[in-house]
Amino acid sequence: MQTDIYIRRRNNSLMLFGLLIVLMIVSIAVTQYDVGRGFTSLFKALEWGLSTFYPDGKSLGKLPDIMAKLWDTILISISSTVTAAVPALFLAFMGSRTTRAHAAFTAVARGIGSFFRNMPLVAWAMILMLAFSQSSLTGFLALFFGSLGFLVRAFMEALDEVDTGTIEALRATGASYFHVVFRSVVPCSSPQIVSWLLFMIETNIRDATLVGFLTGTGIGFAFDIYYKSFNYHAASLVVVVTVIAVIALEAISNHIRKAIL
Amino acid sequence: MKERRSRDRSKMVIRLTAITLLAFTVYAFMTMDYGSADIHQAIGETFRNFGTIFFHPHSHRLSVADAFMELLTTIGLAILTTLFSGVIALFLGLLGARNLAPKSVTNLVKAIVAVIRAIPAILWVLIFAVAAGLGSTAAVIGLSMHSIGYLTKAYAESFESLDRSAIEALEATGADWWQIVFQAVLPSTTTYLISWTFLRFEMNFTNVVAMGAAAGAAGIGFDLFMASSFYFDLGELGLITYFVLAFAIILEIIAIRVKRNLKEN
Repeated sequence: MQTDIYIRRRNNSLMLFGLLIVLMIVSIAVTQYDVGRGFTSLFKALEWGLSTFYPDGKSLGKLPDIMAKLWDTILISISSTVTAAVPALFLAFMGSRTTRAHAAFTAVARGIGSFFRNMPLVAWAMILMLAFSQSSLTGFLALFFGSLGFLVRAFMEALDEVDTGTIEALRATGASYFHVVFRSVVPCSSPQIVSWLLFMIETNIRDATLVGFLTGTGIGFAFDIYYKSFNYHAASLVVVVTVIAVIALEAISNHIRKAIL
Repeated sequence: MKERRSRDRSKMVIRLTAITLLAFTVYAFMTMDYGSADIHQAIGETFRNFGTIFFHPHSHRLSVADAFMELLTTIGLAILTTLFSGVIALFLGLLGARNLAPKSVTNLVKAIVAVIRAIPAILWVLIFAVAAGLGSTAAVIGLSMHSIGYLTKAYAESFESLDRSAIEALEATGADWWQIVFQAVLPSTTTYLISWTFLRFEMNFTNVVAMGAAAGAAGIGFDLFMASSFYFDLGELGLITYFVLAFAIILEIIAIRVKRNLKEN
């Protein structure tokens, strides 16, 4: 019997391995991915990076401009998250098992959340750009819709996790719906909700960079300009500044999370 | 007493965080560049555009079969990205797990991976595009970098959740590092590894679409960009959006099951 387990385990891993190989070969064929160039480009990129992709003295002169663009990106990430949190909270309260008025609302809230979440962020940006043209507002709106979808799901999970025992105990004392919500559900779930807000802001900084390429705003646009004008030193400075900002923001969020969870 | 104080502190931090975020938001609205568009008119126009996109999708330049092929290409790129980054992240994850590698190594791996993750995926793709030319190769290699950063962290944490005694028992029998990895670590964390990899595949799919649109890399994202910004063809934008949306929702339904799996184990 002992050997059987080993043989089965080996067969399982062989099967998984074989499946992945087949998947890889089919994907390479479909996408016309050039394996050889993939490998050589790794070394070429390293060589190019070390020889040209680093900030030099002259590019430091662009630092104030880059910092201003970074500031725009941070502001948009925070404001889109906070603004999206309002309708997201409303939908989450409507749909959560602990606070809903009727079971049908759960499906409605889930559906709305799923639509906004799965609609690609770039599609939002492209559609909004048709009417709002290239501006920070367009970037803000695209991130707003994307965040809305994600936050609905996250908040709903946070509300669902609230212990139903305390809610029932409160109800038994004759507390009204709003009493239950503000005395029990809100205090219990607010650490989770704030934690998700912070997570969303972190994600939005990266996504705002992406959206900035399309809407011509923020740090993404700064990189785009320098990159397209072959000013690689300044472009690399953008990367350095972004890395520092993202890591600092992560550190702050982790600090806050530790204090509240 | 102590518990109460920490609860009060938590409450205060939550309030402070909320107020700070709110202040940032108000400031952002006051200083935002609203562009030249008349907002009132733009909102109406956007609603009309949405109507065309979702209720009158059609294929004009791109046939339905073409759109499907482009979707397959996009999925293929996401699969390649996930596979390449998964293999590399597996090794880095072993080196980054506290119970499997010396502290100096895990710290180094974790620091490198944190920096890799902090660079947005689009910047990675464009950096590699200089060496490989813009296209599927740059997209896969560039997205793999960000994916490696994510998966290494996820894998390392999965390995760290492994019971210390299992490793010690094997060490006592004189097993070497590779034997421990292949006989204890990998078999007992397979469920976690597969779940995390699938979740990353979902993200990689979204990223490939985004790279196509923002960097002109490859796949259906590029068609999305062309239909919208080049041809102003809303119907075709609708067709493409439906394709991407449908696949993304399928992936999410699977991902929810996968996550439940992660929680139960």
